[in-house]
Amino acid sequence: MQSLTLESATERSHDLAARLLPWLHVKALTGGLIVLTFIAVGIFGPGLAPHNPNKQELTAMMKPPQGIGSANILGTDNLGRDILSRLIYGARVSLLIAFAVVFVSGLIGITLGASSGYIGGKVDFGIQKLVEVMWAFPPLLLGITIMAFLGQGLFNLILALVAQRWIPYCRVVRGQALSLRERDFIVAAQCLGANKRQIITRHIIPNLIQTSLVIGTFAMASSIIAEASLSFLGVGVPPEMPTWGTMLADSRIYISTAWWLPLFPGLCIFITVLGINLLGDALRDILDPRLKRTGSGM
Amino acid sequence: MTGYLVQRLAGTVPVLLLISLLVFTLIHAAPGDPTLMLLGEETNAAAVAKAKEHWGLDRPLYIQYLKFIASAAAGEFGKSFKYGEPVARVIKTRLPATIELAVFSVIIATLLAIPLGVIAGSKPNSWMDNLGTSFGLFGISMPSFWLGIMLILLLAGILNILPTSGRSTYGVAGPEITGFYLLDSVIQKNWAAVWDGLTHVFMPALALGMNMLGILMRVTRSAVLEVMNEEYVTTARAKGLAEKNVIWRHVTSNALIPVVTVVGLELGTLLSGSIIVETVFAWPGSGSLLITALNARDYPLVTGLVMTYTVAFVAINLIIDGLYAIIDPRIRY
Repeated sequence: MQSLTLESATERSHDLAARLLPWLHVKALTGGLIVLTFIAVGIFGPGLAPHNPNKQELTAMMKPPQGIGSANILGTDNLGRDILSRLIYGARVSLLIAFAVVFVSGLIGITLGASSGYIGGKVDFGIQKLVEVMWAFPPLLLGITIMAFLGQGLFNLILALVAQRWIPYCRVVRGQALSLRERDFIVAAQCLGANKRQIITRHIIPNLIQTSLVIGTFAMASSIIAEASLSFLGVGVPPEMPTWGTMLADSRIYISTAWWLPLFPGLCIFITVLGINLLGDALRDILDPRLKRTGSGM
Repeated sequence: MTGYLVQRLAGTVPVLLLISLLVFTLIHAAPGDPTLMLLGEETNAAAVAKAKEHWGLDRPLYIQYLKFIASAAAGEFGKSFKYGEPVARVIKTRLPATIELAVFSVIIATLLAIPLGVIAGSKPNSWMDNLGTSFGLFGISMPSFWLGIMLILLLAGILNILPTSGRSTYGVAGPEITGFYLLDSVIQKNWAAVWDGLTHVFMPALALGMNMLGILMRVTRSAVLEVMNEEYVTTARAKGLAEKNVIWRHVTSNALIPVVTVVGLELGTLLSGSIIVETVFAWPGSGSLLITALNARDYPLVTGLVMTYTVAFVAINLIIDGLYAIIDPRIRY
């Protein structure tokens, strides 16, 4: 009786996994396709954009979307600038910032997390205090404060976004490093005379890549929204740079007369973030067997 | 339990001190002189010196910081440059609007997210699950300020059924009692004002709460999935309970533990999200006040607001920790 229930339970979970798999693929495929498209648009932007994104055409102001085949497929803004071209250049800026933020945060977070977990003691205490202080700021507020006082600019913006985004890496990596520390292959490396730096860079960090990849995907999604939020509030990129956030900010006073101005940039942010989240979900399901077993979509 | 909370409370003091130092440094690293911004271009050296002396900006930085700490501990952040009133008073007039907005966002988010999450989690891979999961993904991917603009475009613009901005229609609300318009209107039994307040709060609350809705829905779903495998659920089913009772009484009540934590964690995000949503809807809360203060380089007001937000954030996390122990009897500190 006991074995029978167990068997049917396993069967059920196999069944569940089999049913989940196609859904997983759909997620990974859709997400990957969206993200790749936007990356391609970002890379080949100058070749794809039909117009100069900053060229003002005062005789063609506020043209509603004209449809495919016309001069301004998605219309023009209050200064006669082509919306589609600005969106394409905006993809470039948004993705560039997001990649930079994810890379720098990952570098800082993984290094600090691995050191914190593996070395322990005073190093751990110091790093964890730093985490505690930075984490005590409501998100976005720290970014706004940094940008408002250091001034607009790409470098400051990346700094403002990295300020809190390295923390998830640090926390998760620290926990994993703590458990890795006791594992046989680390002890073996120690016995062979490897020093702390070698163990951290050669043995601990390579084992943390998978988890970091998942964290990185979600950090990327949140960076894109945060960058757009800061630019929307007027404390993001320099004003002459076309980004989705600044386009949205500029559109606000024309909401009642020109629906296409706020619609398209926001749609770009939403679709990109949706794609990244889909990809992140799929990655997590694939890379984290614990979550795959329960079939969690989290 | 009490010991743990006291310990946690004491632990927040150095964190708050470090945060105040960080904020103070950041503000003083800023380019641009606040006295010049306030007095305008056509001022003279004597007036600038007088203003600096008046606001204490001529003192050494560490003296300014110590003064700031001493008064901050008493809840005093000095006088706002822009409004000429004590910072605490300025913030106090704006805080109820933000709290009101946050409360409504949480209500909308939880009321929708929990049932959706429970339905999705109890029937994994059904069409309801797919619909709910998609909705959750939609929620977490949606930038709140864009959703706000789109809601204005649709509900206030095209359909013209809701007001675009603000907290109330001029002249509808009665005199202030608590500063919470809806509460005041209920106390005064001014139902027209209650309705007016609700129509104003709906769009910003939905825009602000959408992100939390998505996250909560996903957390609820996975918590339900997790709990469904527990033995006490099998026991409940074996007793012959109706599936409805199993799900809502045994599964949901246990699945709510992680949900409460996430509500707490997300409250902080919600607070800072309110800064941007308030700007979109011209909601007269502390978030839009922060943007005004930043643009005017009103140092005391910015510092006061940042500290208020941070203390609120730290306090919420502390409360959630305590609450966690009450809900889950397995946790003992």
